[in-house]
Amino acid sequence: MKGHDLVEKNIGLMTILIIVAISFGGLVEIVPQFFLKETTEPIAGLKPLGAVELEGRDIYIREGCHVCHTQMVRPLRAEVERYGHYSVAGESVYEHPFLWGSKRTGPDLARVGGRYSDDWHKVHLFNPRLVVPESNMPEFPWLYDNKLDGKYTAAKMRALRKVGVPYTDEIIEGAGDKVRGMTEMDALVAYLQQLGTLLKEKR
Amino acid sequence: MSIFWNFWIIGLTLTNLALLLWVLLANRKVAVSDDDAPENRTTGHIYDGIEEYDNPLPSWWFKMFLASFVFAAAYLAIYPGLGSFKGLAGWTQVNQLEGEQQKADELYSEQFGMYNAMPIEELARDSDAMKMGLRLFANNCAVCHGADGGGNYGFPNLTDHDWLYGGEPAAIKQTINAGRTGAMPGWAAILGEDGIRETTEYVLSLSDRDHDAELAVAGAKHFAQNCVACHSADGKGNQMMGAPNLTDDIWLYGGEPQDIRQSLREGRNGVMPAQQELLKESRIHLLAAYVFSLSLPLDEQ
Repeated sequence: MKGHDLVEKNIGLMTILIIVAISFGGLVEIVPQFFLKETTEPIAGLKPLGAVELEGRDIYIREGCHVCHTQMVRPLRAEVERYGHYSVAGESVYEHPFLWGSKRTGPDLARVGGRYSDDWHKVHLFNPRLVVPESNMPEFPWLYDNKLDGKYTAAKMRALRKVGVPYTDEIIEGAGDKVRGMTEMDALVAYLQQLGTLLKEKR
Repeated sequence: MSIFWNFWIIGLTLTNLALLLWVLLANRKVAVSDDDAPENRTTGHIYDGIEEYDNPLPSWWFKMFLASFVFAAAYLAIYPGLGSFKGLAGWTQVNQLEGEQQKADELYSEQFGMYNAMPIEELARDSDAMKMGLRLFANNCAVCHGADGGGNYGFPNLTDHDWLYGGEPAAIKQTINAGRTGAMPGWAAILGEDGIRETTEYVLSLSDRDHDAELAVAGAKHFAQNCVACHSADGKGNQMMGAPNLTDDIWLYGGEPQDIRQSLREGRNGVMPAQQELLKESRIHLLAAYVFSLSLPLDEQ
């Protein structure tokens, strides 16, 4: 092919052309989603997480729950039958980062809110085998001992506001006091109990 | 999808395909001269006196690339891929899901409908229905109540004929539908630690367990004053309120003196989550029958 050596001998030009060549997929499949109504508008009733739930979410991330649990019910009959309504993009618009996960060692948690009692979650997190003998989930007993000090709760909310989560000044101001002294267990359970409760479909 | 993004997606997709096709075809033939024998053709690239042979893609490989373009064209015509063009097949993820759900409904609705029309007492003795009930129980109830319905510390045993809220079919169904919340308050502030010890001895005496008779006499007064409203004067409980029978030696939160003292100090508020927003009516009916069947005599199960 004519002019091919021009590209081969000019690494700057080759770099630019490579970037052009590999950017098509992202430009077509990812970029439009930043601007589509379906992916950027919250579903009816979606509110930013409260102070307690937000701290619970950070514990969820810290303990690596998302490594074994997805939060993404796919639109397949078997999944809808087991977990409830399939996940939609509008549920995740305030999630930074989202916790959809990619691997299920444990069950999906996208709609776990309200499914079990608070007490069950606490026992199960303390030692899963107390209630589910065949479980291979790790134990998280320290969640009972660790207390939240709320030092960074307000800062976390301000950071989230910068990327578009509509926290008001009022919410941010009181955030630290709301969680101070709470156990990590209570915060994590509060987070779990609100997961996916907006979209209801009977299984 | 706005017109801009529509054309953005269509334009980039087609441009990408066109460029790929051009790269494939432009590199098909690169020999400097066709006069040489095929094995001696060179590309004209010379590096330090070394010439590069022209080795085009084997024909089968080249044809596979062409076939992939045909596939891409067919795919983009049939499935949604070009902006807001829906594709000739009209396929969507949600369509497919709804189709599968409808097919399943047709397959199962007759059976669920038949079971739905049967009273729970009868359903509980139908072995096919109870096999389905077992699966539903395993998926929805077993994490708390145990795979065998035998319960756990804080989660009631469903096989022992001892019911907090009643074991009649209607009561079981109500429990599943609307859930239950235990309402035992903590008594530490009212009774004090001595009062709690005395009351514990009295509660132990109700089921003829080892107890300190002297303390139990004092405990009986506390009991009469504070506990009878729910647990009734004879300690047999009240299923209207979910107050357990204290005379049958069945303990949800442990029956050792220290367990009972703990229950008295801080109260107990076990929660059964309501299922009517989560499960279909036909599933709940079957589950109620399954739970009811757990307390039938073994030869009827």
